[in-house]
Amino acid sequence: MKTVITASGDAITNQFDKRFGRASWFCVFDDVLQSVDFVENQHVTASNGAGTKAVEKMLELGVKKIISGDFGPKGKELLDRFDVQMVIIEEEGLSVGDIIDRLVVNKK
Amino acid sequence: MDFFFVMRIFSLHLCENILITSMKFTMPRPRTLRKVVAPPKFTGFKPYGEGEKSTEFIALFYEEYEAIKLADYKLMNHAEAAFLMGVSRSTFARIYEKARRKVAQALVEAKEIRAVYGNAVLDKNWYVCKKCHARFTIPKTIKKHLCAMCASDQIEFINK
Repeated sequence: MKTVITASGDAITNQFDKRFGRASWFCVFDDVLQSVDFVENQHVTASNGAGTKAVEKMLELGVKKIISGDFGPKGKELLDRFDVQMVIIEEEGLSVGDIIDRLVVNKK
Repeated sequence: MDFFFVMRIFSLHLCENILITSMKFTMPRPRTLRKVVAPPKFTGFKPYGEGEKSTEFIALFYEEYEAIKLADYKLMNHAEAAFLMGVSRSTFARIYEKARRKVAQALVEAKEIRAVYGNAVLDKNWYVCKKCHARFTIPKTIKKHLCAMCASDQIEFINK
């Protein structure tokens, strides 16, 4: 199953981004292949509809779970409709690696 | 002979009648859950300036709050509001009527209003994990009700 974690950079040491539509990078973590992939968000600076476009990208990638800090109203509604699980983490100072570690540890 | 035959039929008829009426009492039709977009932002309202303290309160259901919100705050007509809540127009009218009466009773009798869950189903189902405090949704495709981050089963339904 593919999980997306919103990131502020393209390495796992980078900070976890708490916005969904306007996160600069998406970290795609596959728990079957144990692979980590980074996808750039092209709509970071879009004046509107960043959330909707991000959702489109997610569906294209076939993601089933998204970990972020917050989701906009449109994003929430769309993800709800396409049965994508949303996870909100409000902790400060987490890196993308920390979150992947948690997911891996808890799967065992 | 004839008399007994008639009596027998009569008793059967009686039995049937009792059965039907008792069924009516024991098995009411289940209520359709009313869709509520968002729960109220308050847990209650208290009157002030009232000398004697009363412990009584009025339980305002989520669906009743939603009915007042849709009809009197968003100024929708009953048909639209009923469609949004997933009930028939007449059911909506009943819920709305009850809500207004409850609010009026609370105002006149200076009673506390408390928001109670009632027969509502929240539009978005958000959960919180008691262990790692992550908030998450559980889509229909996932059958296991576990935390999305730490897989603990100590999760709680929240209203977001």
